[in-house]
Amino acid sequence: MLDASRQPEPLVRVEGLKMHFPIYTGLFRSHTGDVKAVDGVSFDILPGETLGLVGESGCGKSTVGRALLRLYEPTAGRVIIDGEDVAHLSAEKLRQKRPTMQMVFQDPQASLNPRMTLAGIIGEPLDEHTSMSRAEKTQRIYELMDQVGLNRRFANRYPHEFSGGQRQRIGIARALALNPKFIVCDEPIAALDVSIQAQVVNLLEDLQERLGLTYLFISHDLSMVRHLADRVAVMYLGRIAELSPSKDLYSRPLHPYAEALLSAVNEPDPELAARRNRIILKGDVPSPANPPQGCNFCTRCPRVFDLCRQVKPDLQEVEPGRFVACHLFSDKTTAGTTGVPEARIEHNQQGASK
Amino acid sequence: MPNGAKPVLQVRGLKTVFRTRTGEVHAVNNVSFHLQRGELLGVVGESGSGKSVTMMSLLRLLPAPPAEIRAGEVLLNGRDLLQMGADELRDVRGGKVGFVFQDPMTSLNPVFTVGMQITEALRKHMGLSKAAAETRAVELLQLVGIPDARKRLKAFPHQFSGGMRQRVMIAIALACDPDVLIADEPTTALDVTIQAQILELVKELRAKLGMAIIWITHDLGVIAGIADRVMVMYGGQVVEQAPVRELFANPQHPYTRALLKTIPKISGEREARLKVIEGQPPMLSAAPSACPFRERCEYRHDRCNAENPLRRAVDGREVGQGHDVACHWQAPAPAARETAHA
Repeated sequence: MLDASRQPEPLVRVEGLKMHFPIYTGLFRSHTGDVKAVDGVSFDILPGETLGLVGESGCGKSTVGRALLRLYEPTAGRVIIDGEDVAHLSAEKLRQKRPTMQMVFQDPQASLNPRMTLAGIIGEPLDEHTSMSRAEKTQRIYELMDQVGLNRRFANRYPHEFSGGQRQRIGIARALALNPKFIVCDEPIAALDVSIQAQVVNLLEDLQERLGLTYLFISHDLSMVRHLADRVAVMYLGRIAELSPSKDLYSRPLHPYAEALLSAVNEPDPELAARRNRIILKGDVPSPANPPQGCNFCTRCPRVFDLCRQVKPDLQEVEPGRFVACHLFSDKTTAGTTGVPEARIEHNQQGASK
Repeated sequence: MPNGAKPVLQVRGLKTVFRTRTGEVHAVNNVSFHLQRGELLGVVGESGSGKSVTMMSLLRLLPAPPAEIRAGEVLLNGRDLLQMGADELRDVRGGKVGFVFQDPMTSLNPVFTVGMQITEALRKHMGLSKAAAETRAVELLQLVGIPDARKRLKAFPHQFSGGMRQRVMIAIALACDPDVLIADEPTTALDVTIQAQILELVKELRAKLGMAIIWITHDLGVIAGIADRVMVMYGGQVVEQAPVRELFANPQHPYTRALLKTIPKISGEREARLKVIEGQPPMLSAAPSACPFRERCEYRHDRCNAENPLRRAVDGREVGQGHDVACHWQAPAPAARETAHA
């Protein structure tokens, strides 16, 4: 799968993206530091692909999503979407670019205007970016509602009349209105109940297949990302720790953080839970305003050594298609032999598919 | 009791109703369960399934009105909490029964130090002196794995991270050696690696202190890792109850079966498509005269509309003792079950 995917041009290319938020303190509000929410992130997303972006709260995954669509002004770096550097477009050019890239937000409650009807919400992008007649617009709104599985009778209702899952469908319909190529899904299912999550995930998959969409799927739900994503980037404290094809990452994580993160996931299977060897990380994530010198993970890493505390490792390809930022893998000859718990590899490799 | 051992907590026929302007909401309907000494009972359900309201009702923590506990008994060591006077009940809350809430930020008081909040329980319930209470508080913080405990007593909640705050909450709940610890979604607000720390801590504490725990969650993964027995709630009722391995290997209720299939797995074969439970949870505006799951159920038939199913034993043991389910539909034999579960 990976070799074939090497040929097409990526739809999204992110190079050295940094997003720092300044800290002002004191009487004169002097600039005393930065929260380095995103600190040098690079990745590609191929057309039609889903890239999963996972990590714990505060790791900068949502900030990446927002900076990508220039909802924030990035501090540094380039974001090339469909041939244009979004990070440096002028305001008017950016407005014209908006239809190609859209976003589905986490909280459907907060991202829908409570005073607008469903038709108003879904139709707003059409008002802004097209010169459709009223009849055409209504037709398009109905079409979108059909696509996301909302009954046409609901067109004149308000967001509060809908359940969480239905509200998320409204958000998706709005994102689809202008036929985007690329959608950033920022924790679209985190606020939903378990039985409703699957409905929304299946809808996203259907739409991708039908419309050829490209997703950046941001989530802290590792099993859902495994289900959805072709490749997965694991973030820690503003940097990518590992970027690997989903299949490889979940069967044999390379970065110690990715390994610990995956081992912390609770599998809904008591037999497995009893047998599994968990890696329990000590302590908490350091503040992104004051990241450790050296590797960001060095304060909690179970396999830390001296070099880690001095030099930040770069993200580099250690196996075909697998990128890791870790000194354990700097010397490629040792890459294959580092101790990943054997039992888990065996178990996972049997069934790993696609 | 066929098992011989007397349960530390026995709940029978609990019914809680909220009176609102638009009518009554039947949040908890005829819920019965028991808890043995040292046992960890997992309670699973979606939002609105009545799992939290059930536990709040046990200690009468709900504001009344609008809440009204209409029927039932809650026996803690043989004494009915629902009949108890206010003073006695206060001794139970935070004394014999500890409570850990979901959000450690909102359940700790931001203007008092952590030390004051732990010693408050110790001085009120156990009558300890200030110095003795402080010594005990340090022990408790050490017990839940907070480093530099004596110094941290003087810290305020905002100076702790989310995981550390939840450890403080657990320390407060454990302060008076409770017989029962009720934990309401204690790890939901936490990140996975922090969640793993807390789960590990609870397992350790349980082994060390031997109290009974009720663990409320919507996360079946968490339940699989720590529970001895599981109670599944839907629409204010208990729809299935079984030992943990039995429940995951041999789910009987259509809701439990579907729920297990809506969650993607972290290992093994990647599923092509997730199973969907169509529709929405019920509104609970009327006293249930039919099965609450009927509208979303793929096995519904006429009887489901006519009659709310009672819990019936699946494995021949008494209801509540082994595996029981509240459903008119009969799940197929184990051979067919394997494929359903896979």
